[in-house]
Amino acid sequence: MAAIEVHNLCKRYGKVTALDHLSFTVEKGELFGLIGPDGAGKTTLFRLLATLLNPDEGSATVEGFDIVGDYREIREIVGYMPGRFSLYQDLSVEENLDFFAALFGTRVADAYELIEPVYKQIEPFKTRRAGKLSGGMKQKLALSCALIHRPKVLFLDEPTTGVDAVSRSEFWDMLSDLKQRGITILVSTPYMDEASRCDRVALCNEGRILTIDTPCHIVENFDKRLYAVSGDNMFTLLNVSRAVSGVVECYPFGSAHHIVADAAFNENEFIAQATLAGVRNVDVYPAEPTIEDVFINLMKQ
Amino acid sequence: MNDPIISVRKLTKRFGDFTAVNAISFDVERGEIFGFLGANGAGKTTAMRMLCGLSFPTSGSGRVAGFDVMREGEKIKRHIGYMSQRFSLYNDLTVWENMQFFAGIYGMSQRESIARSNELLQRLNFAAEKDTLVGSLPLGWKQKLSFVIATIHNPGIVFLDEPTGGVDPITRRQFWELIYEAADSGTTIFVTTHYMDEAEYCSRVSIMVDGEVRALDTPANLKKQFAAETMDEVFRTLARGAKRGE
Repeated sequence: MAAIEVHNLCKRYGKVTALDHLSFTVEKGELFGLIGPDGAGKTTLFRLLATLLNPDEGSATVEGFDIVGDYREIREIVGYMPGRFSLYQDLSVEENLDFFAALFGTRVADAYELIEPVYKQIEPFKTRRAGKLSGGMKQKLALSCALIHRPKVLFLDEPTTGVDAVSRSEFWDMLSDLKQRGITILVSTPYMDEASRCDRVALCNEGRILTIDTPCHIVENFDKRLYAVSGDNMFTLLNVSRAVSGVVECYPFGSAHHIVADAAFNENEFIAQATLAGVRNVDVYPAEPTIEDVFINLMKQ
Repeated sequence: MNDPIISVRKLTKRFGDFTAVNAISFDVERGEIFGFLGANGAGKTTAMRMLCGLSFPTSGSGRVAGFDVMREGEKIKRHIGYMSQRFSLYNDLTVWENMQFFAGIYGMSQRESIARSNELLQRLNFAAEKDTLVGSLPLGWKQKLSFVIATIHNPGIVFLDEPTGGVDPITRRQFWELIYEAADSGTTIFVTTHYMDEAEYCSRVSIMVDGEVRALDTPANLKKQFAAETMDEVFRTLARGAKRGE
């Protein structure tokens, strides 16, 4: 039995289809990422799996329990960290923790060894009101509270949104530790570069899954010719590139632009044309595709 | 007008005994895309509020868009554009009504406002959607519209606070093309972001750590200075040294 099984799950809000016949499976102990922008349906999916909403069509199970019929059982075994901070702002750090422990009929001491790696970073501030914590500290408190009843499955809805690059990386280290302890983790993020921290990912957009695989396979399956180009005036280069023969697509990609090319593309010809258009120091070289290249490509299909 | 559009010296903001921003000094030239980065809690938001005339500095001096940051906050507000992280147009007004509303807020005459709105609609290729309710537009269009509306009064500088958070990779790039275009036609862009690839698109980037500007240069020079391959590495090197608890 898989930890999470989703079959043809559908959810509509009026005319908007938030989830459009989604199907996927998460194995026990897997760290599974839902990668996609706002409007992909990530939050709706979490609410369905956490039994806070009922689907319009389709079904899903968590640890074998049905999300509609067995909602009581599911609530006992999942930890859910919503995207918006939803702890009690006017309770202190330790009061929040005690409260969530009491809700699940347990004590903080019983789960301390599990939450310790996360909680010890905010323990020095345990008498501070949750509303007065910084963003990163709120995130750690919310994760501690979601772990207090030793859940089998953890749902984390965009835990790293709005968090700086260093704190994001530390958060993923914490998730790797939790995975080592056998907890199944379903986590969503709009940051494509975080895909590499997951065992498998589903790339999602507008209520659909574009592809599901390991991050490595997703990148390996990119079957187009990809080049990186740079030059002195990047804005001019962007406009010029799109008119060069063999260029299917050109888009900014960090310090270079990426070009998706067809058979007609020729590197020397490209340099000649870009130089003619007034861009100096033009450089072209084959590029390794990333998750983001794949995502862009799948969105355009 | 070749003087810098932002020029601040030792700008400081204290809250009680906490120094949120500690004596920052820098210039932003006209037509630059200036990236303003920092770890959470580094003082970015406080610094930006001072530059936008929303909060008076405790000490220091400087000018933004030709006005004094210590005394002319109100004038600064009228002469800059601002777009926040969260989409802030009115969903139940049409595209045209939103444009007229914001032009009115900035004190433009009706004639100016109509001429300028038509010009922007044309440039965005958006004239056909003039009477569409903003709420029914796709996210990407809403964002482009927020951006052009932030420039409706022809400000010399636009502040963009995490304009691309949560946006899909294609829309994010279309948005940056709009930024490139605006900068190319002379509008200064002051932008914050958590996407390090976007830092590479800036003319120059400053990085705040613990209330101070620790690095400021072109992305190429910063990478050289920190012997890094990417801006992400530069940022990590600097932000890891942060002492302030997030």
